[in-house]
Order: sequence, then structure tokens, then C-alpha cells
Amino acid sequence: MRRGVRYLPVGDSALTVEFGQGIDRRLNALVMALDAALRARAVPGVTETVPTFRSLMIHYDPAVLSHAALCNEIDALDIAPVQDAQSGRLVTLPVAYGGVHGPDLEDVAAAGGLSEAEAIALHSGITHYVYMIGFAPGHPYMGDLPPELTLPRRRTPRTHIAPGTVAVAVGQTVIYPFASPGGWHAIGRTPADLFDITRTEPALLRAGDQVRLRNIEAAEFDHLMAGPASERFTIAEQSE
Amino acid sequence: MKPALFVQAAGPFTTVQDLGRYGHQAAGIPVSGALDPVSLRVANALAGNAGDEAALEIRLAAPVLRVEAARLRVALCGVSASLQILAPEPREVPAWQSVTLERGAVFRAGFQPGGSTAYLAVAGGFDLPQVLDSRSTCLRGGFGGLEGRLLADGDSVPLRLDAPDERTELRARGLPDLAPPSRFRVIMGPQDDHFTEGAIAALLKGEFRITRQADRMGLRLAGPQLAHRQGHDITSDGIATGAIQVPGDRQPILLLADHQTTGGYPKIATVISADLPAIGRMAAGDCLRFSAVSVAEAEAIHIANQAWIDDLLRELEPLRTDPASLSSRALLSKNLISGAFSAIDIA
Repeated sequence: MRRGVRYLPVGDSALTVEFGQGIDRRLNALVMALDAALRARAVPGVTETVPTFRSLMIHYDPAVLSHAALCNEIDALDIAPVQDAQSGRLVTLPVAYGGVHGPDLEDVAAAGGLSEAEAIALHSGITHYVYMIGFAPGHPYMGDLPPELTLPRRRTPRTHIAPGTVAVAVGQTVIYPFASPGGWHAIGRTPADLFDITRTEPALLRAGDQVRLRNIEAAEFDHLMAGPASERFTIAEQSE
Repeated sequence: MKPALFVQAAGPFTTVQDLGRYGHQAAGIPVSGALDPVSLRVANALAGNAGDEAALEIRLAAPVLRVEAARLRVALCGVSASLQILAPEPREVPAWQSVTLERGAVFRAGFQPGGSTAYLAVAGGFDLPQVLDSRSTCLRGGFGGLEGRLLADGDSVPLRLDAPDERTELRARGLPDLAPPSRFRVIMGPQDDHFTEGAIAALLKGEFRITRQADRMGLRLAGPQLAHRQGHDITSDGIATGAIQVPGDRQPILLLADHQTTGGYPKIATVISADLPAIGRMAAGDCLRFSAVSVAEAEAIHIANQAWIDDLLRELEPLRTDPASLSSRALLSKNLISGAFSAIDIA
């Protein structure tokens, strides 16, 4: 492993391997590469891994694997960062922006000196990258937003956010899988179920996915909600 | 009729839990599972189940339950746990032993003062589906356990068996020593470098009281201020059970089984795995103190603790004589089990 990487013990059953500070695609590429290398190696005693922005949490069974032995295993790995992943999955989600589905769109656009239409065009025109899943089952943190769409969290969190709500803050986009309170700016809503326990893989998105948000009218949102859940998103496997 | 345990009164925080749901934290799915897995495993062993069978986790106050099966063997384990049979013949059955109840029996599975967490295992287990390889209740996601929620009055929790195997009842040999340690042991970090020296000294010297904001996600503690060096935000990273995170109000939150998989507050220290079941037995108002150990020490403690649990599970013994509290009427009905009558028939 390279210099500057920190092995942080998290009790006696987990280890955080930290590649640096902040939200950075190059750091996240290292996280994903270590995760892939560990999976390939199938180290006995490693129970699961959780990729986050700039670190990988490794859960393990201390009766099988010691902290020191795990660190040695990681040291011996050859980490090849996945560069600007054109591999992996491309997920397309329809999003109805503004109005009842995105009550904060107007404020977000105004903060960036944009019209609502310009803000929508910007947000639905870029490819979002899923840095990590956390906070709630299936809840993605996606980046990176251009400066015009970057603003702090709301001063007063909303007490109720509808499931599927697309929200922005601090240069990131999240989608709330469940009704909950939330401090991010709600700009739209997708009819896709971000988490559905009846699916083989309940979480729709995985860390490392690319996501396109397709701008739809409120009428299409209603039409999709009335139709089968499986037709509210598309997933394409991309090759190099 | 399908055998079931009928919930006459659910209690405030009764859930179905097993040893937890592993392998899905990368999808944001918490581990869940018993807060006190030691008591769960002993309860399962007494009931004749595998250690990872799902049981009822009872927190803070007791549910009242009715047997809707021909016969049901149960075992209740936990600090100061007490099993009170209300009908047909009121009597007390000690915790840490199995007992077989007749159809229609009504009982309260709870605590004497000093208890707050107990597990009621049923022989054969509950007939509930596995969701992502576990029957633990995920309240956040609304799945697992019984419909992904707390038990409610009027629920029927389905049972796999209408009657258990005939065998002598079992009990634990002596009460397991589940007294909390005078100091809960922690490994410093992963973000102890985000705190002042004063904060670290305060964590290891001070006393922290569990506030009323205490649930399966975590315990909000009140005690000395734990000051950050520079700000209380970090780039979100992974969370492990036992982590002690400190938000902007400088008061720590000790994270338990239902914690979020990731979070953005610095974590000053993490309680070692051997001491987590004891944390799970604590309740609002209890006080905690901490001491730091090295990773190598914690690993040795973990292995010794596993051996202690294995001994607990091995040391179950048959109940040779019925407990003194058993009334002659109950003995009579018990004797009649082997015949064609049940306690209900003679009532």
C-alpha cells in the first residue's frame, strides 16, 4: 500500500483504511480498488466491507483475524485504482423537478444565479457518480455538482421529505429512499424505488454506479407511478 | 389453527431479533440483532434452539403473551428477568430455565427492578421469513421480524411447532455473572485525533449518564464536555457498533445495533466487542465509565470472552426437581400432560 494511507482501528472488529481527507474522485477510486482487491483475495475472517467517500471500513471476526494480520494482508495487496470509471453500471432515473416534487428548486436556482429551467438542465445534464450508500438503506451520496448548484444545507431542515425526493447540498445530490426529515434542498422526485426489500438486491444503487437523471413532467411521474415498479428506472452494464 | 404466541399487551419496545444481519452494510442496511447476544444465546440453548434462532427482545417493560399452541416451551433470559404466569394458575417461574406452558396460558415476560433487556426464546422458533438471511427487525427499513416493526397489542406471532419435544426442562447452572464492568473498555479512535487532550482525559476519567434519548440505535450520554480540536464535521465514513461519536453539543452518543452504517461526526473511541452485550443491558439513568485498552488486549479479551460464553452454553443442567414456587395444582396439570387431558380441560 502507498504512503499517506492510515489504518484506523474501530474497536476490535473493524478497521477503517483512510486514503485522505475530503470528497475526491481520486481518493474514492482508491477506496473502490481496495474493496475490489479485498473481495478478490477473500481473506478469511473479513465479514463485510463498506466503501465511503475516502475510506473503506472492513468488518472482521477477531476470533479468526487479528488487526495486525489484516493490516499485513492489505499491505500485500496490489491496488490498481479504477480510473474515471467508464466500466460499471449506468443507471437512469426519471425525475420530476420543481413544483410539489421539488419545493426548493426555485431557491437553489436563485442561489446559483440561474433560472429554474437552467438549473434543471444543469442537474439533469451531468452524469452523477455514487460515492457511497449510507444514512439509510439504499440512500446514495452522489457527486459532483458544478459551482452554480453548490450551496450549504438548509438552515431549517424539512420535517417531511417524500420517498424518492432528489435533494442537493454541499456539492452533492442525495435521493431519500424513505419518508424522513431532511436538511437538504428538495429539487425533484423520482418515481423509482431506491429501496425495495422484495427485490433480490433491495438497494437500487451501489457505490461506484454512474447515474443519469432524466427530466420528466409531473404527468409522466404520475403515469410511471401508476405502472409497474420495474419500469421506473433502467440499468445498463457498461464495458470499458 | 396455526400455532402462535398471541400478544395481549406488547410492551413499549418488543421486537424480534436474532444475532443480526451481516453483509449488507454497503447498501446502508444496519446490522440490527440482539443488543445482548449473550442472553439471547443462552435463552435459545435452554429452549433447545440453535444460538442464532430469533427470539423476542424485550426492552424496558414487559409484554403479556398468551399461548395459542398445544404446548409451548419458552425460556426467558436477562438481568433480573422474571417470568410471571398469570393464568390459568398464577405463579412465578425463575428466569434462566425452560418451562413448558399449555394452550391458553397467559404470562408476563419482564423484569424485576434493575432489569431492562430480556430475551424470550420459544422452542422451535418463530415461523417468520428470513429477510436477507436474518429474522432481525430492521425498524429503519421496515422489514424483518414481524412486518419490520415493533410488536403491537393484538399481534399473533406464528410459531413453528405446535408442541415441543418431550424432555426434561433445562436451567443455567447458577446465574451467569452479567454485572456490568466497573469500566467499559474502549479502543481509542478512529478519530481520537479530532479531540483535545482534555476531551480524551474527560472520556477516561469522567462518568457518563445514559439520558432518556436511548434506543436500539444508540445511547445519548450526559457527562463532561468532549471538545473537538477543529469542528465537529468529518467526511462521512463507516460506523461500527460500539463507536462513541460526538456531535456539536460535545456530548457523546454510544452507537448500538440499529446504528446507521455511515456518519459524519468524529468518533473518539469504540467499546470493545466483549463489553457490548453489557452495554445492551443498560437503560436510561445508568452511569458508564470508560478505560482504554490496546487492540491486542481487546483481541485477547474477545477470545477469553468467547470461551466464557461457550462455557455458559455447555453448563446447562436438567431441572431435576420442580421449583418450590410450583403449586400442587400446576404439578397436577403438568402430570396430566402425559395423559389425554390438558390444564384447560380441568379448569
